[in-house]
Amino acid sequence: MNPVQASRGAAIDLEAISKAYGGFKALDGVSLRIEPGEFMTLLGPSGSGKTTTLNVIAGFTDVTSGKLLVGEKSVVGVPAHKRNIGVVFQHYALFPHMSVGRNVAYPLTLRGVDKATREARVARALDMVKMGDFAHRYPSELSGGQQQRVALARAIVFDPPLLLMDEPLGALDKKLREWLQLEIKRIHRELGTTFVYVTHDQEEALMLSDRIAVFNRGRIEQVGTGRQLYDEPATLFVGRFIGDSTVLRGEARSDGNSTALSIAGETVTAPRKLSGEASPVMLLRPEKLSLRRPGQSASGGNRLSGTIGEAIYLGSESKYEVKLADGSAAIVRSPLTGESFGLGDKVELCFDGSDATLLADDASADTTLT
Amino acid sequence: MEMKPLTRVLLGLVCLLVAIWLVAPTLVVVPMSFNENKSLAFPPQGFSWQWYQNFATNPDWSNAFLNSLKVASIVAVLATVLGTLAAFGLDRMKARPANLLRMLMLTPMVVPGVVLAIGIYAVYLDTQLVGTLIGFVLAHTILALPFVLIAVSASLEVFDRRLETAAASLGAGALTTFRTVTLPLIAPGVLSGLLFAFATSFDEIVVSLFITNPYLKTLPVQIFASITRDADPTVAAVGTILLFATTILIGGGMLLLGRERKGRP
Amino acid sequence: MSASDPIAPPAADQRPGKAWRPFALTAPALILLVAVIGYPLLTIVLRSLSEPEWGLQNYAWFFGAPVNLTVLQRTFVISAWVTLVCVIAAYPYAYLMTAVGPRVRLVLVLCVLIPFWVSGVVRTLSWVILLQDSGVINSLLRGVGFSGVKLIRTQTGVVIGMAQVLLPFMILPLYSVMKGIDLRLMRAAQSLGARPSRAFLTVYLPLSLPGVYAGAIIVFILSLGFYITPALLGGPRSTMLSTLVQTQVLSLLQWGRGGAMGVVLLVTTFVLLALAAPVMRSRHREAGRH
Repeated sequence: MNPVQASRGAAIDLEAISKAYGGFKALDGVSLRIEPGEFMTLLGPSGSGKTTTLNVIAGFTDVTSGKLLVGEKSVVGVPAHKRNIGVVFQHYALFPHMSVGRNVAYPLTLRGVDKATREARVARALDMVKMGDFAHRYPSELSGGQQQRVALARAIVFDPPLLLMDEPLGALDKKLREWLQLEIKRIHRELGTTFVYVTHDQEEALMLSDRIAVFNRGRIEQVGTGRQLYDEPATLFVGRFIGDSTVLRGEARSDGNSTALSIAGETVTAPRKLSGEASPVMLLRPEKLSLRRPGQSASGGNRLSGTIGEAIYLGSESKYEVKLADGSAAIVRSPLTGESFGLGDKVELCFDGSDATLLADDASADTTLT
Repeated sequence: MEMKPLTRVLLGLVCLLVAIWLVAPTLVVVPMSFNENKSLAFPPQGFSWQWYQNFATNPDWSNAFLNSLKVASIVAVLATVLGTLAAFGLDRMKARPANLLRMLMLTPMVVPGVVLAIGIYAVYLDTQLVGTLIGFVLAHTILALPFVLIAVSASLEVFDRRLETAAASLGAGALTTFRTVTLPLIAPGVLSGLLFAFATSFDEIVVSLFITNPYLKTLPVQIFASITRDADPTVAAVGTILLFATTILIGGGMLLLGRERKGRP
Repeated sequence: MSASDPIAPPAADQRPGKAWRPFALTAPALILLVAVIGYPLLTIVLRSLSEPEWGLQNYAWFFGAPVNLTVLQRTFVISAWVTLVCVIAAYPYAYLMTAVGPRVRLVLVLCVLIPFWVSGVVRTLSWVILLQDSGVINSLLRGVGFSGVKLIRTQTGVVIGMAQVLLPFMILPLYSVMKGIDLRLMRAAQSLGARPSRAFLTVYLPLSLPGVYAGAIIVFILSLGFYITPALLGGPRSTMLSTLVQTQVLSLLQWGRGGAMGVVLLVTTFVLLALAAPVMRSRHREAGRH
């Protein structure tokens, strides 16, 4: 996915990794291959196993079973301090009794790098994160964003082939977060190191990553590019976690190559069929849905009647929440150039059956999201 | 911090030794208090309650005990009132004078006991306060004051002053606000200050040794005199009683405090 | 805390003329302080300068007599030993208090607090019983065939007893500092390549030093003025300054000489405190607070 500068990064192989705390399975057979130089994001709600996976790679947590290779070599049983992996923590973890310069020099001192080389590399790392003027300050004199940039410099100064980041921007406000996301992307491009990034923020994941691994309850639900996850979610959980979505449930009937759902007396169809026994649901992205006043003539496709429950003006477009006859809600985005609707208006929800993704129903997808 | 098993075992062992060193020596008074012989030599011989009887019936011991109770009770109340008032004053002052005054009021903790003792002794000789209840109370109160100040100040530091504004906005006067809002919330600090003050006075020995006379002795003075004069196991009996009283008070207090904290949301 | 706090009610500004109120609240305590501490200490200073006649002769006597200087030096040496023993014993103990679960911690805290609250005289009595020639330690030694050792009225005995009495003053400040150390920093150090022992030396130890300083200062200062324990456990060869002061005043009625010694002890204590204050303050700042 990022083949150009893949030379300096290490590949990572997780093979059937499990981690149990007593009876609780924090990781349940996680397998994942991360390519050299790739920017891989582990995305999921809290408690889904993404941070545990990061801690396993860093060497902070032992695995119960499974294989872990970094740069094609097994590192199971290797203590954290011998793994040569950079880690950036959500809480910065800068040493409060050392100046910024000494913080960044710390890993080099441990590796016996001589003073002149050390100073040059510290200066280069600090310049890279645009903190070159702050070497003599103490962490307590810096803002959160500045501290995190220093932490980043400290984690890359010893040229680790792999950099792990555990929700590094979680404690920062939105504006700063967006700016630092761009910085992290730039640094990844410049270094060519493999980055593994943990977050629960799907927008951040989409913005940064080459590929995303979506975690849920100790397992990986799907691995793919942001576009793949959005357009072709493999499970209902992934579909709901990435982006806005409307889920249609109803009495299902399959014949030949199509599936029909009967929802409170109305029927919608999709020209696809779900393999297996599970009851199918339809997942629709907001931009694939459109609204019409009842009775307005229109071309073919599916229609469901509903009422506008909420209308939100978003500048370039409007977002509507439509109450359907079965009590569920649909989310529709429509450009301002189209017709506008008010609260309580009766509408028809229209979509093309080929735009619906058929997925196996999974009631837990709703509960784990909240 | 992940530790190697060996480090873990070593650390545990060292700490066990330290804990034994802290607790065990004091326990030695327990077997000595049941000695049949009038001796503090180890090991004790036989078994007898006579030293406990002696403590209860010998006027030297029982008077000393009652004196200590009397002094410590008055000191506890006096030091708590003065210390709480002062803590409030400091809390509402500007930082600079408050820090200066706070340091002044904490000096009794760091002035070497004997230096203070000869000073107070000199003044008491001039003012005929040696061997008087008021002499003991004044000296002990000043020694207990810093503990009350620290305990109440700690409570005030976490006390949200906006609650007083809220009470005032609801129509409470200054005194009502203090009684119904402030005092209940800082009560734990005041209470532990009271306890500290009582214990400080009940334990005080250095100044007491100087300002005592045959008519008014406190328990520590009597214990000290007994240790230096003869090997009377009554001191061991007294020590045992104090040890158990302290353990029950502290242990019970901590359990209660822990339960109360858990009970809060 | 003060009226400059933007959230606090601006009581002082709203009601001008009431600014004296906080001072009025502290007045009773201050009056007592002046009467029972200030005036007596002043008396002692005056007597050291005026008895038997005005002049510095009492100080000249104190610094002129080798015996006094020996005792002064011994007081410092014993206090240093006590402090050292306390640091060595308290450091692992306080660390363990931060590392264990709440149940074990309660036991560890009780082990510190109960001796802390048990009367100091009783604890010293226990040491007399333990250390005397016919005491527990010697009985045990003889029981397994060793000859007895002289412990009571020796410097070793005084150090053992004093360190035990003062240990809580070392453990409690250390614990409160260690409790505040972010253990995740140790993880960070390891990810940067530090062995656990190296991470301890470069990260944990420096961050815990403020607690060591605070505890050591308290223990050392309290040791300097210790009276009861050396008086009961010590002998003529382990006399400390406090005992000498007491002898001068109570036995020899030499108020001037006793006063001069007291003033030396007092000044030493405050000089030490003054020296320690800036060190602790700068440590404080480095630890991340202003």
